[in-house]
Amino acid sequence: MKRINIIILVFIAIAIAVLVSFMGNLSTYETIASARQKEGKSVTIVAKLDNTQPIEYDPAKDPNYVSFYVIDTLGEKAKVVYHFEKPYDMDKTERIVLKGKMKDGVFDITQKEGILITCPSKYKSDPEYNKKKLSQNQ
Amino acid sequence: MDYIGEHLLPGKLGNFFVMLSFAASFVACIGFFKATNAKSIEEESSWKRFARIAFAVDCFSVFAVFVTIFYIIYNHLFEYNYAWEHSNKELSLKYLLSCIWEAQEGSFLLWTMWHCVLGTILIFKAGKWEAPVMMVISFAQICLATMILGIYISGSKVGINPFVLVRQQFGDGPMFSRPDYLSMPQMQNGQGINALLQNYWMVIHPPILFLGFASTIVPFAYAIAGLWKKQYTGWTKAAVPWALFSACVLGTGIMMGGAWAYESLSFGGFWAWDPVENASLVPWLVIVGGLHTLVVYNATGHSLRATYFFFILGFILILYATFLTRSGVLNGTSVHAFVDSGMNFQLILFVLVFLFPSFILFFKEYKNVPHIQKEESTWSREFWMFIGSLILFLSSIFIAVSTSLPVINKIANTKWTVGEDVTFSYNRIEIFIAIILGVLTAVTQYLKYKSTTKEYFIKKMIVPTIIALVLSALISIFGNVHYDKYGAGFLIAIHIAIFSAVYAVIANTTYIWTGMNGKLKAAGASVAHVGFGVMLVGILLSMSKKELLSFNTTGINLPFDPKDPDKNPLENITLLQNVKTDMGKYWATYLGGDSTNAAGDITYYKVIMEDKKSGEVFKLYPNLIRSSKGQETISPNPDKHHYLTRDIFSYVNAASNLDRQGDTAQFRRYPVAVNDTIYYSNGFMILNNTVKNPNNDKYHFAPTDTALMAEITVVSKDSMRYKVRPVFYFKDNKFNTIADTVFTQNLAVALTGVQGNKLEIAVKESSSLVPFISLKVYAFPQINIVWVGTFIMIIGFVMSIVWRVKTRLIVK
Repeated sequence: MKRINIIILVFIAIAIAVLVSFMGNLSTYETIASARQKEGKSVTIVAKLDNTQPIEYDPAKDPNYVSFYVIDTLGEKAKVVYHFEKPYDMDKTERIVLKGKMKDGVFDITQKEGILITCPSKYKSDPEYNKKKLSQNQ
Repeated sequence: MDYIGEHLLPGKLGNFFVMLSFAASFVACIGFFKATNAKSIEEESSWKRFARIAFAVDCFSVFAVFVTIFYIIYNHLFEYNYAWEHSNKELSLKYLLSCIWEAQEGSFLLWTMWHCVLGTILIFKAGKWEAPVMMVISFAQICLATMILGIYISGSKVGINPFVLVRQQFGDGPMFSRPDYLSMPQMQNGQGINALLQNYWMVIHPPILFLGFASTIVPFAYAIAGLWKKQYTGWTKAAVPWALFSACVLGTGIMMGGAWAYESLSFGGFWAWDPVENASLVPWLVIVGGLHTLVVYNATGHSLRATYFFFILGFILILYATFLTRSGVLNGTSVHAFVDSGMNFQLILFVLVFLFPSFILFFKEYKNVPHIQKEESTWSREFWMFIGSLILFLSSIFIAVSTSLPVINKIANTKWTVGEDVTFSYNRIEIFIAIILGVLTAVTQYLKYKSTTKEYFIKKMIVPTIIALVLSALISIFGNVHYDKYGAGFLIAIHIAIFSAVYAVIANTTYIWTGMNGKLKAAGASVAHVGFGVMLVGILLSMSKKELLSFNTTGINLPFDPKDPDKNPLENITLLQNVKTDMGKYWATYLGGDSTNAAGDITYYKVIMEDKKSGEVFKLYPNLIRSSKGQETISPNPDKHHYLTRDIFSYVNAASNLDRQGDTAQFRRYPVAVNDTIYYSNGFMILNNTVKNPNNDKYHFAPTDTALMAEITVVSKDSMRYKVRPVFYFKDNKFNTIADTVFTQNLAVALTGVQGNKLEIAVKESSSLVPFISLKVYAFPQINIVWVGTFIMIIGFVMSIVWRVKTRLIVK
């Protein structure tokens, strides 16, 4: 066998090893119900903020504790605890991506990047908002 | 209906030039195609002349479109949606440019404009390669022109028209039934640009990045031309400066984005492996790989097939990056991607029209591409350069796969996503890539092409190796690198990587003298490699020594377990106004007196930091920017204090005046006797005792005064106990009260009167008793090394380009 073939085989082996280890560390998207069944396992949930419950955040007392409720597409609710500051504009978001672990029924997030807020107005203005703005003062 | 006050001429002109650029690029493409396939020289040159004119018309139209957009924005013609949505009257000139980049259509326009510039240079310089290369570029111009067409073809939108009017965009709004709608208040000003983008890096970063994007088409077009004309080897010398240019500019653009991310801290540092960053890094890695194999081919005749592969793939990955960042597919994994604009099908098509033809051509011609049967020697430069390129490629695959998970999920219907700790999932792999690349960068130049004798190599290597070992050992021992967050294994890997990066710096520096006899003009590659090494050192040090200063140890709050900071990170500290607070190495005091800028959208918070050891005092003004873009949003904007060896960053994560509300809470009054209990929302309080004319650490009344102090114990839900001692006294013929407060409970307690044997206690719960901010403070050490390294690398690239162009001219 030529050396170049050996090298390529070695590289493929390394690539597979890296990918396998990488896949092993991946998390999966779960619903709240399925996350409850995988307690203690790191998962990702896509959900909406439950507006009927207040966001609990009192920076004067503890700037590193936010708790709120989310509701997923199946209508399941869960309490979430985030051990960092409350992201600005969190209450205006449409969709929240959460990465953390379910612990005693509470979704616990211990990484700063564990909350990703998709705000339609991040880089592009919200068309709905623009529409509303244009229909004011009639 | 005739609307009053609209300026429709610029839009009509703009639309005309959009159409003209589309048509002209189409004609140019056909012309260059015919010229490429022409049978005779006369036929070729007549088609070429024709195509050049068409390309010139295309260039003129594209610049005319840009000038028209700028005219509309500069003159605040808010009847145009572009001006209304992306700009406002308050923006200064440089940000008027950024608001053109802010929109998808503006950034496509930027890309096309760079194609025009590069294409014009190629028409003059590419010689016999002009026709096929320009055909590829003109074809890309057609695709880009469709992105700003904004027409509907059988119900699906093709492109976003930059000249659409507000009343066309929001056609069903009732206000547009009035001819004078432009006089309405909401048409008097635009929406402005996102606060995060109002940063000088955002003026310069997009043009450079898009020049990088645009430039990748040149090596790609040369490779396609070589396969198409079946002149597989003729282009490789001409392509070297272009490949260098592409790697240089794209790299610069990416790092400028990093500089912006660092300054605005929206990524918590200069690099966060955000999918938007990765999308540009992946093609850069592939193109750098291609650059190395191209150099190998020119010197030895090896690796030509790999070069074709890398250059074709590099450009395809640029198109793929465009799809990723603009289609909205990354919305679940990145906060910095564009949202879906309804052009996804078109964006996918943009990738596919290049992907399929180019790879079909590549695989069809693969066997015909010259290839040396005899293998490279293990003691040769070309062998290890090839390995290095493979490592770059491998690294790009890894990053591409994890960035593409949302795409993979869509195709394969899976549910994978990157785990909780996003950056570490990359770092734990990339650290090994860095180690290998560092060592390869260090040793490869000392090997000669074809073959090197072992004795020569060892003799030359020994000095730089020893210097690098000593130097990196010194850094490891005295550099305080104790990054144990991910265990000893990763820390060891960091130390090895530090050696490898230092090795790259030292070996390449000494090579300029021992290998090239100090011939600095020709040493561009070595300089670029030194820069790469310095950058690696900076990345490793700043990453592993990034330090959180605002660990919350105040004690007003909560269980802090320093042994287990992961569990309870406590990254923010609350600073009450005028209360000097312990912040680890510093005392921090929030002074209040928040000031706003003239426009009223930025609030500055004044914080004084005092170094406990040296006593040095400096001020920080972290601020919050309110943006009216879309809904009202708030973005924290950090303030920094620069040292040569580190930066101290602070940003405000919460402030008591954030809601702009006054204190609306009222006192509630309770008549209580001693040992009675009053409940409040977060616990209860007991009246323990009363003291007449108190004379203690807090109050100094004389026995002749008329004063009464209540001693109250507050017990909060979390079983913390606080003492409050409000006072009620008679002076100057009237009753006065001195309230006492428990800041952490947001509680104010006052003694407001005596009724028989009962006291009247007034209790107020309010979140704005004392102004406070919640602050996060980081120290980024050695960040300057990253920037210095980047700068050296750019200089190295430029030196190489100059040297290669010059030597080519001499050869000619």
